Amino acid sequence: MAKRCVKVYPRFERLWHWSQVVLIVVLMFTGFGINGLHHTLHFGPAVMLHTIAALALLVLWIFATFWLFTTGTWRQFIPSMEGMMQVALFYAWGVFQGKKHPYKKVLLRKHNPLQAATYFGLKWFVFPAIWSTGLLYLTYNWWGASVSEPSFALWVVANLHLLSAYVIAAFVIVHVYLLTVGHGFRAHVRPMVTGYDEVELTAEEEAYLAADEPWRLKPQKS
Amino acid sequence: MKYLVKTALAAGIIALLSGPVFASEEATPAVASPPEGPRSITAPGESTADHSKFKKLQQEFTSGPEVTQACISCHTEASDQVMHSIHFKWEFEHPETGQVLGKSKVINAFCGNVVGNEARCTSCHAGYGWTDMNQPPPQQETAVDCLVCHDRSGQYTKTATGAGHPPLQNVKPGTKTITGADAWPVDLAKAAQSVGLPGRDNCGSCHFYGGGGDNVKHGDLSSALYMPSRDVDVHMSPDGGNFTCSTCHVSEKHQWSGSRYAVNAVDPHHDKPLKPGERRDVATCESCHSETPHPANIMGMKLNDHTDKVACQTCHIPAFARGGVATKTFWDWSTAGKMDENGKPLVLHDYTQSDGQELHTYLATKGDFEWGEDVKPYYAWFDGQVRYTLGGDKIDPSKPVDVNQIKGDPNDGSSRIWPFKKMIGKQAYDTKLDHLVYTHVWGPTTDTAFWTNYDWGKAIEAGMKAAGVEYSGEFGFVDTHMYWPITHMVAPADEAVKCGMCHSENGRLEGMAGVFLPGTDSMNWTGILGRLIVLAALAGVLLHTAIRIFAGKKGDDTHG
Repeated sequence: MAKRCVKVYPRFERLWHWSQVVLIVVLMFTGFGINGLHHTLHFGPAVMLHTIAALALLVLWIFATFWLFTTGTWRQFIPSMEGMMQVALFYAWGVFQGKKHPYKKVLLRKHNPLQAATYFGLKWFVFPAIWSTGLLYLTYNWWGASVSEPSFALWVVANLHLLSAYVIAAFVIVHVYLLTVGHGFRAHVRPMVTGYDEVELTAEEEAYLAADEPWRLKPQKS
Repeated sequence: MKYLVKTALAAGIIALLSGPVFASEEATPAVASPPEGPRSITAPGESTADHSKFKKLQQEFTSGPEVTQACISCHTEASDQVMHSIHFKWEFEHPETGQVLGKSKVINAFCGNVVGNEARCTSCHAGYGWTDMNQPPPQQETAVDCLVCHDRSGQYTKTATGAGHPPLQNVKPGTKTITGADAWPVDLAKAAQSVGLPGRDNCGSCHFYGGGGDNVKHGDLSSALYMPSRDVDVHMSPDGGNFTCSTCHVSEKHQWSGSRYAVNAVDPHHDKPLKPGERRDVATCESCHSETPHPANIMGMKLNDHTDKVACQTCHIPAFARGGVATKTFWDWSTAGKMDENGKPLVLHDYTQSDGQELHTYLATKGDFEWGEDVKPYYAWFDGQVRYTLGGDKIDPSKPVDVNQIKGDPNDGSSRIWPFKKMIGKQAYDTKLDHLVYTHVWGPTTDTAFWTNYDWGKAIEAGMKAAGVEYSGEFGFVDTHMYWPITHMVAPADEAVKCGMCHSENGRLEGMAGVFLPGTDSMNWTGILGRLIVLAALAGVLLHTAIRIFAGKKGDDTHG
């Protein structure tokens, strides 16, 4: 086993992540403005910006889904109970005692089990909830006439959309906070900027990368 | 010809008897000189006839009916057509409710009723000499007033109390026209030779002055529309479309599209926008602009999404009584009859219009008033059907009575949220039989007319007798509401109601049932639950941070 600096976030994934950051921030700000939580924007322009950002995010997600499945990266997001307890205990207790994070990043699992479970929930439930309700909200006039209580149906759609938005807001808070835990904020953000992170490699993995994907290995300082 | 002489005589007598109509207003009796030209400019017509060259019209006319006689010698069917229109009949059988409405029948929240007050009210009749509402309008073919609609000389008018006749020679000082101006002697030959298609001033001389003065009644029809700026009315402005009324209210055989009793709230029967003036039977915005009037961009598409619930007028008429002419918003008849310290009828002018004009706020003849300019409309679901509380209809005096009820249902597909002028009134009713009463207010020579005698008992009894409706002899005053659909004074697109004026807490459509309005209620249960979720996340994070600081560990600091 050797700790090597490996490119774990390829260029597309980083672009995806940071575009998503910008779009989600725009969506949150405009969306909560539309909802009436704050009054820093006019309703009309807020709706336009929200719609455009939402459509851009959907396009990005279509590309990302395509990328996840063609590259096999989707496997990174399969949840697993293995090690979940240790990670949870670390955040609840160990972290206060200065203990080490129990999860060691390996090549095929760049997320710890808690992270993977969270992303699984986000990707399979919360994000689909927000984009499906968002599309229904946007296209209300195409289906409104074919349901019996259109105003009530729209009310349900709108409230599910809003609830999903609040859940995502909570995720963002915890997500950003957890960057400060462990290696520290800068160390945690850096891989998403440069693409490289320290990963425990088996001898086979190291040999494979050296032979077949040499660009993913940062030359060791010796 | 015998009839002509008779009507001319009748007109003269009525003019003599009538005296000043706005008796309570302090006016200096005067005879004005005629206007130089019409108050609105119309596009040059495409007529192939110059009426000033017609020998028949180059004569001394001594009465309105004489001019009509000359008109119908060529326009053989015109008189018959007009006589079948609501402008002449003042009667309208509602196709949905079956109620018989029209000016000759209804009670309103303004001057009340025509019956019993004929020569004053019928001064705006599109005919000559209708002096008894219990009779149909005069049936002689010369009884139609062609000039009131077709005069383009600008100096034709009608005497305010002349049952439709114009002021002619020897105008008695103090006589007023139907617009409240000092009267002048009308030159009938000049008027007859000027005829053309109606301009805004022709329709406006009656419709802008409903309820006894400029913009008193409708709120969206005032003298500001003679020559409006673009921001007052984008269609009628000479800088905009310079539309005449009949550009939208298209006529066929002297029957006009567009009714206030049976409004077409929508016109979804065609998918192609029609050009102005193109044949259609209704005068809606959608008739020309279609149901998807906004451009096919992301904003336009969202705006088009509104047209199934919101009438065009709701956004595009941000306020009525624009352009510097106020409208009456409140009229309390119950306080009428007060005299000043000299025993003269009390008159107060406590409202200053934006042009500086002082408007009356109390008249001994009429009671207390409130006025409004740039008034934000009242909004309600409306399918176009209006039901009136007629003289014989039971009312519930324990709460405000709707003089007219607007019908609408959010789920019927044809109702839209419409803007209205909500007129608030207090008017007389029969306290025993519980119905609104007809009042005899105008009658300079009767001893029962309220404006002459200030005695409600007599005025109501005479009004009820004229209307032929049962009256117990006991009266009181009840709060009333009356609703006037707003559809004129369309502002340019950039001055339309902004999204946030409705999509906000306490917005314009607050409390409107049957429609989901984003942005109006961020503190609903979902909003509260969402806030709790976010607060829980924040609290968790803060607690975690606090413990980390307290424990003196950043956590996993072996890696720095």
